[in-house]
Amino acid sequence: MSASDDRKVAVLGAGMHEWGKWGRPFVEYGLAAARDAMADAGLGWRDMQFVSGADTIRNGYPGFVSGATFAQALGWTGARVSSVYAACASGAVAIANARAQILAGLCDVALVVGADTTPKGFFAPVGGGDRKNDPDWLRFHLMGATNPTYFGLYARRRMDRFGATEEDFAQVKVKNARHGLANPYARYRKEVTVEEVLSSPMVADPLRLLEICATSDGGAALVLTSMDFARRHAGGAEPLVTIDAVSTVTPTFPNTVIEMPNFSTDSAATTSGPNADMAAAGFRPSIATAAYAEAGIGPEDLSLAEVYDLSSALELDWYEDIGLCGEGEAEKLLRDGATTLGGRVPVNPSGGLSCFGEAIPAQAIAQVCECVWQLRGTATGHQVEGARVAVTANQGLFGHGSSVLLSR
Amino acid sequence: MTRVPAIEGWFTTGDDGTGSAPALLGSRCTECGTFAFPAEQRYCGNPDCGSTTFDTVELSRRGRIWSYTDARYQPPPPYVAADPYVPFCLAAVELAAEKLVVMGQVVPGVTVDDLTVGDEVELVVDTLYSEDGTDYLVWKWRPVGATSDSSPKEVQA
Repeated sequence: MSASDDRKVAVLGAGMHEWGKWGRPFVEYGLAAARDAMADAGLGWRDMQFVSGADTIRNGYPGFVSGATFAQALGWTGARVSSVYAACASGAVAIANARAQILAGLCDVALVVGADTTPKGFFAPVGGGDRKNDPDWLRFHLMGATNPTYFGLYARRRMDRFGATEEDFAQVKVKNARHGLANPYARYRKEVTVEEVLSSPMVADPLRLLEICATSDGGAALVLTSMDFARRHAGGAEPLVTIDAVSTVTPTFPNTVIEMPNFSTDSAATTSGPNADMAAAGFRPSIATAAYAEAGIGPEDLSLAEVYDLSSALELDWYEDIGLCGEGEAEKLLRDGATTLGGRVPVNPSGGLSCFGEAIPAQAIAQVCECVWQLRGTATGHQVEGARVAVTANQGLFGHGSSVLLSR
Repeated sequence: MTRVPAIEGWFTTGDDGTGSAPALLGSRCTECGTFAFPAEQRYCGNPDCGSTTFDTVELSRRGRIWSYTDARYQPPPPYVAADPYVPFCLAAVELAAEKLVVMGQVVPGVTVDDLTVGDEVELVVDTLYSEDGTDYLVWKWRPVGATSDSSPKEVQA
């Protein structure tokens, strides 16, 4: 890889708690994942010099200080700590914080943990009372705009602009359901047919119940180390997986694609100069592009991708946004089988959110766990043969980009 | 029934006796001309501007549908739903002069089958919900030329 060693960190351990819906304390899921990740790395809790938590905002105060919550649960050791919230991108920002500590030489070994316990049904605004300065509260109050509302807008626009069909969207679900069948961490492990998808209830036209990701409980963790530490500790026993770039970009003004939880886009009325191109495309394409630029590689080098399929149709948007194909070509890529296991560049070999549902602060970390196992060649039953380079892509509301580039 | 905007300062209701049609109230930066909705009050969104002064402007009353969807399931609070719940459409509408896209509900009686990307719609003010003898109003989009009844009574039906 062309990314120089001084920008790489090693992933020595990856661990997850199965996704599901049990309603137990989120700390349980995070601890199980953390212990698995440390065992996977062959390291113990006392070896962790830095704990980077991804916060959950639906589980009270312990969720807002997740790094310390996990550290206390494992037993205080004096490790330094960070707790971050960036909506769906929280996990990637937690990874970015740990990586920065390592690259700055402030620590050699860091534990990254995210876990969530979620309520049933639509995500609603967090906290009570009238909050007329909070766009997330207001969009529910003034428009009844749920998260699937925005997914529906994107899906309909794809149909209108590119001729995508409801069957295309259903095929994404069919593919991901098949991918997740053998994944022991997936919540839903059941094949579905196009007919079953298309006969499930409409939620936000043109998206149906089976095409919109559920909300889940789950936990994921990583042990990240400096390259020097990894070489000393691991001794080349198995392929060393590295994180070569982490993108946590925000949008570029003017962001002309409507996004949760906003009422409107930026205005492009006065735009000229370098932002004009990005304005046309919106925020999402910039997310992985920043990771590619940092690592000095491109989408043509990818063996696989884990993207944030909040809806079946959104996965198709991501194909274009991460550069797998040109604008309007995602349906063809899907129909040709390129993104299915065995194809040119499988997308969501884990089964994606389609099989997991969303455990917000754990999800971006889980994407990286999957890439680690794929690059090691240990993703039994859903392995991408000969995988060498993987990318994750994700977006958190309020303008959080998240993309992690890994290689072996 | 008293008629009150569900949120202050985001739109005019057309109830001011001047006969003017309702409109969204946005801002225009006095330095760079950037529009914003809801109105910007603190700091211009254009990172190269930095202005802190804005004019309040009525935004275009008509636009074209950028995309649309509907809400088949009742949204959770703080949405105040009619009982029984009646599904509604939502549209993201592109305003040509301001070069921005604004979301809103579509008036009652319109289904997704009545909508197409690119269709022209106009802004109306309609009842969002009624409580204790007061109608709380919000902006909605109505297809131009549509004949559907968007009276408050229908919302409550």
